[in-house]
Amino acid sequence: MSMTRRGILAASALGLAAPSISYGQSDVIRLGHLTPRTGFLGPLGEYAVQAATLAGEEINAAGGINGKRLEILFEDSVNPQTGSAKAERFVQRDRVAAIVGEINSATALAIAQVVTRERVLFINTGANSDTLRGSDCQRFMFHVEGQNSMYVKTVGRALVAGGLVRGKKSYALTADYAFGHDLLRVARRFLTENGGTISGEDLIPTDLTDFSPFLLKIRQARPDLVVANLAGAQITNFLKQYSEFGLQFPVAGFGFDTALAWGAGQGNFLGTWPVMWHHLIQAPSAQTFVRAFTAKYNRPPENQAWGDYLAVKLMARAMTETRGTDGIKIVEYFEGEGRVDILKGREGYFRKRDHQLMQEAYAITALPAREVRNRWDIFRSGPAVPGPDEPLDAIAATAEENACTFR
Amino acid sequence: MQLIFILEQVLNGLLVGSLYLLIALGLSLIFSLGGIVNLAHGAFYAIGAYLTVALADHIGFGGAFLAAPALVALLGLVIERFLLRRFYRADPILSLLLTFGLAMVAEQTLRMVFGAAPVPFSIPQELRGQVLIGDFIYSRYRLLILAVSAAAVLGLWLLLSRTAFGRVVRAGVQNPDMVAALGISLKPYMSAVVAIAVGLAALAGVMTAPISGVHPAMGAEILTFAFVVVVIGGLGSFWGVIAAAFIVGVVRGLAAYFYPPATEASVYLLMVLVLLLRPRGLFGERIQKFE
Repeated sequence: MSMTRRGILAASALGLAAPSISYGQSDVIRLGHLTPRTGFLGPLGEYAVQAATLAGEEINAAGGINGKRLEILFEDSVNPQTGSAKAERFVQRDRVAAIVGEINSATALAIAQVVTRERVLFINTGANSDTLRGSDCQRFMFHVEGQNSMYVKTVGRALVAGGLVRGKKSYALTADYAFGHDLLRVARRFLTENGGTISGEDLIPTDLTDFSPFLLKIRQARPDLVVANLAGAQITNFLKQYSEFGLQFPVAGFGFDTALAWGAGQGNFLGTWPVMWHHLIQAPSAQTFVRAFTAKYNRPPENQAWGDYLAVKLMARAMTETRGTDGIKIVEYFEGEGRVDILKGREGYFRKRDHQLMQEAYAITALPAREVRNRWDIFRSGPAVPGPDEPLDAIAATAEENACTFR
Repeated sequence: MQLIFILEQVLNGLLVGSLYLLIALGLSLIFSLGGIVNLAHGAFYAIGAYLTVALADHIGFGGAFLAAPALVALLGLVIERFLLRRFYRADPILSLLLTFGLAMVAEQTLRMVFGAAPVPFSIPQELRGQVLIGDFIYSRYRLLILAVSAAAVLGLWLLLSRTAFGRVVRAGVQNPDMVAALGISLKPYMSAVVAIAVGLAALAGVMTAPISGVHPAMGAEILTFAFVVVVIGGLGSFWGVIAAAFIVGVVRGLAAYFYPPATEASVYLLMVLVLLLRPRGLFGERIQKFE
């Protein structure tokens, strides 16, 4: 059902005549939420939807946006083609003021093309590829999710400090799609710049569930470090089977989601991994979010939940501050680089140059099995990166590494 | 040196093939006797895995290992009695739609009950560990899977070839009208075959739960592979399916070794080749009712 201007008038008139029918459209601000709910990224999409729902409820409980109720429409983005079609439908049929979400880098790019054409804002909450902030960057797209460079540099610091890079050889397993290819490129740059080498690199199909052939290959190669550039369900399977085969080479991931480690089961989580956020961060706003999410859904939130919760909140805030839903005004508002609470120790801001949220990240390390007390607290976190005396953009890609020119 | 590594992949491929086997055999049985392509077969595998996770807390992995396949077999009986039975003689497109729908209902139900995130589950402590044969390292648990699969396949083969039950089933596959003319109703046999087939799928689910992510789409993931195995092996052929499962496992392992991006694609390529050169499958029999 598409709404014309006249239709809106008619609907509001109806609303006046019979207030019990429903909201007229003018009383509602709509957000479109798109994320994979099925497939190998589906496990993460569920957290995204729950968190966005929670954020919407909190916003409405506090009086909505400029006195209007916030309504979030949810869709399964499935793949780039479907994601793009649904983004178009959100804009043209449902007249959403903005789109939030996505995890798959290829789909995020497809959505970015739609929003650029339609001049509607899109906040990416889960797609990591540097190219989305570089050669494919778009003026109407902002990124709450960290970019691959941030993940690599965060966990990379921990690896360099642990003596696992200089003069050492790594074996990389990489998810065979846009995200993985981008991550491998960034990871290779980091490792070689720091005096390491990649002795083996295998591209892993996204639907692969049995890693045994690759575990045998890793054992033959005897690397100093196994690097996992994997995504979604791949990570759970990799963790379970790596521990099943009892391989002893240290493991580090350059991309990660906590829910996938929670899903691996007792004694199967190992290695060092990067996250943009985790539920043990002690900032008061972080713990308020953890309590609200846990009370509602009976499990703590993880990094994906944080991303979607934050994105909805930031969007609502921008609409309140700009007193409307005009896309250009909101872009300019975010480009003002104002500091905001992002549920971490340090406030963050969207970098004007590439629309990436400048923020702290964390390298987390699996706890030894005997120290694990419950299902959720299975890791210990390193200090926030960058440290308190460094600029916040210290881990983000530099303009030379990842140039962006908005068209 | 390289030869040893390749041999390692071949052996691993054979072991991995044993998992596909349990699912493919059931799929093949239901199709051969009932003429139904059971797109919901993967769902029973997933339900088996989830039941294991749910039951293991109460009755241990050993208990779940026995109980989960039995419960799923019961579920299979119910579904056969009230749904599948109506479609044996109907247009195959109807049973395709039905089982496709069932698979979606099952996947979505699992998502609603257990959530979309993978459910944690590990290999029981006493079954963990590795076996070292020369330089060949292998997971102890996977050798156990191989043993259980082998036992299940042997049991099924004995049932089909050495018992009165098996004779009727085999006759029913070849010529159901003749069986009916002899005054034997195939209905109870069909119920039993469905129960056994989905029970085997659940058994595969039980055994995979500790080593693979337990998530709602796991059934859909394995089903395509099982289909490929059945197509390569040839419909209605017991040994064909077994040979195909091992071939698929080995081809996949070799692809992983030589050209990793094609690990999964290699299997489909193999299927295309077989279909081109031998459309009936490697050991496919000429089954009158499908000609």
